[in-house]
Amino acid sequence: MSVTAQTTSGHVVGRVEDVPPGEGRAFVAGDVQVAVFRLRDGSLHATQAACPHAGGPLADGQTDADVLVCPLHLYAYRWRDGSSTSGNAPVQVYPVHEEDGHLVVQL
Amino acid sequence: MTAVLGGRPEGVSTLHFAMDEADGIDTRQKLVVVGNGMAGARVVEEVLERGGGEQFAITVFGEEPHGNYNRIMLSHVLAGEEHEDDIVLNSHDWYADNGVVLRAGVRVDRVDTHAKVVHASDGTTAPYDQLVLATGSRSFIPPMAGLHRDDEQLLPGVFGFRTIDDTRALLAAAAEHEKAVVVGGGLLGLEAARALQGHGLAVEVVHAGTHLMNQQLDPDGGAILRQSVESLGIVVHLATRTTEVIGPDRVRGVVLADGRALDADVLVIAAGIRPVTEVALMSGLEVERGIVVDDQLRTDDPDVYAVGECAQHRGELYGLVAPVWEQARVLADLLTGADPDAEYHGSRTATKLKVAGVDVATMGVNRPERDTDEFLVISEPRRGVHLSVVVRDDRLIGATLLGDTRKVAFLTQAFDRGAPLPQERIKLLVDLSDGAEEVGVAELPADSQVCNCNGVSKQAICDAVAGGCGTVGAVMDSTRAGKGCGSCKGLVKQIVEWAADGDVVEDPTAGWYVPGIPMAKPALMTAIREQGLLSVSAVFAALAPGGQEDAKSKMALTSLLRMIWGADFVQENDAKFINDRVHANIQRDGTFSVVPQMKGGVTTPAQLRKIADVAEKYEVPMVKVTGGQRIDLLGIRKEDLPAVWADLGMPSGYAYGKSFRTVKTCVGSDFCRFGLGDSTQLGIDLETRFQGIESPAKMKLAVVGCPRNCAEAYVKDVGVVAVGGGRWEVYVGGAAGASVRKGDLLATVDSPEAVIELTGRFMQYYRENANWLERTYDFVPRVGLATIKQVLLEDSEGICADLDEGMQRSIDAYTDPWGQDGRTPATPGQFRPALPLVALPEVPVR
Repeated sequence: MSVTAQTTSGHVVGRVEDVPPGEGRAFVAGDVQVAVFRLRDGSLHATQAACPHAGGPLADGQTDADVLVCPLHLYAYRWRDGSSTSGNAPVQVYPVHEEDGHLVVQL
Repeated sequence: MTAVLGGRPEGVSTLHFAMDEADGIDTRQKLVVVGNGMAGARVVEEVLERGGGEQFAITVFGEEPHGNYNRIMLSHVLAGEEHEDDIVLNSHDWYADNGVVLRAGVRVDRVDTHAKVVHASDGTTAPYDQLVLATGSRSFIPPMAGLHRDDEQLLPGVFGFRTIDDTRALLAAAAEHEKAVVVGGGLLGLEAARALQGHGLAVEVVHAGTHLMNQQLDPDGGAILRQSVESLGIVVHLATRTTEVIGPDRVRGVVLADGRALDADVLVIAAGIRPVTEVALMSGLEVERGIVVDDQLRTDDPDVYAVGECAQHRGELYGLVAPVWEQARVLADLLTGADPDAEYHGSRTATKLKVAGVDVATMGVNRPERDTDEFLVISEPRRGVHLSVVVRDDRLIGATLLGDTRKVAFLTQAFDRGAPLPQERIKLLVDLSDGAEEVGVAELPADSQVCNCNGVSKQAICDAVAGGCGTVGAVMDSTRAGKGCGSCKGLVKQIVEWAADGDVVEDPTAGWYVPGIPMAKPALMTAIREQGLLSVSAVFAALAPGGQEDAKSKMALTSLLRMIWGADFVQENDAKFINDRVHANIQRDGTFSVVPQMKGGVTTPAQLRKIADVAEKYEVPMVKVTGGQRIDLLGIRKEDLPAVWADLGMPSGYAYGKSFRTVKTCVGSDFCRFGLGDSTQLGIDLETRFQGIESPAKMKLAVVGCPRNCAEAYVKDVGVVAVGGGRWEVYVGGAAGASVRKGDLLATVDSPEAVIELTGRFMQYYRENANWLERTYDFVPRVGLATIKQVLLEDSEGICADLDEGMQRSIDAYTDPWGQDGRTPATPGQFRPALPLVALPEVPVR
């Protein structure tokens, strides 16, 4: 769990090195729990932390350049718009960027 | 008292008993048979045929006062087609003439297996040297209110349908009453219904299953049978139960589960049979569903045997006469010494009968069980005809013929003797000489359910094809057909091909090892080796289109690379599934389950104490013994995992991985009276050698010390069975999961070392050749046992040394992941909670 601060550009949830390349980690932004991912190419993505299907921990999922796969039942969601590849409810995606080594999520 | 069927004119049977007792110098062994039904009497006949009258003084106890009669013919007696005298098989005189003492009308209560004495309900006893239990089965009476009077007798007007006395009572009732309800739409119930209808009664059948004769027929066959039965004027109520009998003085009607009431003055209960096992239970013999017997039909007491419907052999109960005849022959061979090595190995069951005026023949299975099974169906509901065959590896393994049994003779031959099958499978079901007609899936009704797991109809599959799904895979993804147990995949494929009318596209990814890389497994392995690709990201960069990573391919590639490279594999945490990242099994609430290694299921008080302490310290909500003989700590928080491992001080049991997991064992020769080999030690040795080995799917093994199979070795990926004389049987490809499959005997070897070597060789062959997530129970039939035997036992491809070496490389690379990552996390935040805000849903504590 991390202490967050709100800036003009969004919520600072942690430092970039908190999220190893290729993996995801969960944070709290304001009172919202978000999962932040850093892909191998360095790009950052953020989604709601719980899978809309059965509440699975999305930060524990597997990723590639297009999708995030929930570890519980392997439902996949597109980074692009959070839509599901199998017609389920979409996940909420949030803009996320780096500022001075910090992760900033916009809710 | 009604007449004794097959009785002596003077009606005396105990006289013979007295004469036998008076003969004080009889040196023959005493053979006692409990049960005078078709099985018990047949054993006596077979024993006598082998000269057993010289060896044995034979006593038969029969609960009914009658001689031996043909129970199968009772429905004919009820229908008035046969006179009851015509169904007598052995009269009282027959027993007397053959020197057999028949104690008819005397029930046996229990057996003192230590003193070897049978205790009968009339207070008498009979000593024995060899005892045969042939207690048969009785009608199953489902619970319903108002069925019994206060004195526990059935309400007047309620009948079972199992004995000649039942039949006589039913005949008497049929003459006086007008409306009957039959509970049970199986064979017996339908026969009873038809017979009662023949006596002029209005008959309704209430059946709990969703289709008639669900033991023998598939739903489509059952639906067609229903049409035929209803066309006779018999009303059928499906998928409902009788919950209450309306009385109170005698039957006036019944109430169904859905609240409807049916008038009835005769109620026949034919809802199935249950083995009669009370005597065996009272005598301390092993009883599961039936009295458990081995291949020599012995119970767990070496001088007590069981045959017929009361006996459970290799997990099977038989309710047909042919298996009973086979059992009786084997038992007579053994008892008389005519063939001391005789064994019964189970029966292939086939029946041919007329149900409510409809011809029915069934044999073997009634639907495909594997992807590779061929399944041919001809369904003509209007004509009341439904025909199907199941073919596996060019052998007929099942057939159902309803309404048209002209091909039954040929099919029976093919089923029993493995006669060669015509290339044009359609010829199995119809003669094409009068003009070929294209039939098959085209004839399946549109609303027939193809995928039973996900409830997908033929129509839904056709709609998906019409909607643009051009491959079998796309149809399966869209409809979820074939995504359950998978047994319908073959039929789905046929329907897709039929619906697409030749326009079906071969699924391009079907032959690929992973969806993200367009290569089959052998080519992928070669490329990885030749290009020295040591990590998953290197594989994607070199072999994936555009170097694109694919999330759903990562876990399979991690497994493959670890298998190929052993210790040289370069790990990437993001390429692992969460279970492999934190070495525990993720649960539905985001917590994890932790299973420490417990080799061969053996533990110590110290380990148990430690596990208990850890469970208390971390407030583990559930501690559970697993099916693989280990202890599961469920509901561990992710952040607690390293501390839990450290406190346990035991290695990981790999309960989370697509990997070798555990070896289940029995106590073998350590403590068991019957153990033929040290299964516990061999299980520990196997688990020690193969701990942590990655594989395409989980692998569960078992070793048992005798063919009683207490640790279920016949249904494991690799199962080892001690068969005496230091020999061990090695079975492969068994399963008791979504599908149940007995493993195939790969070889019988003569030392534990040979078991370990062969197990490793098989596991490596499977690792190198199986598709991702393909269990051995699919792999072995796909590759073929004959091929596997040639490769592994005869080294037909010259690869055995490579297989052994490949396995050894993986074994050498083993490290306990709990020890590794527990000390230093592989990546920052490896054990950080993934859902920090919300309190975790509580798992119920029991």
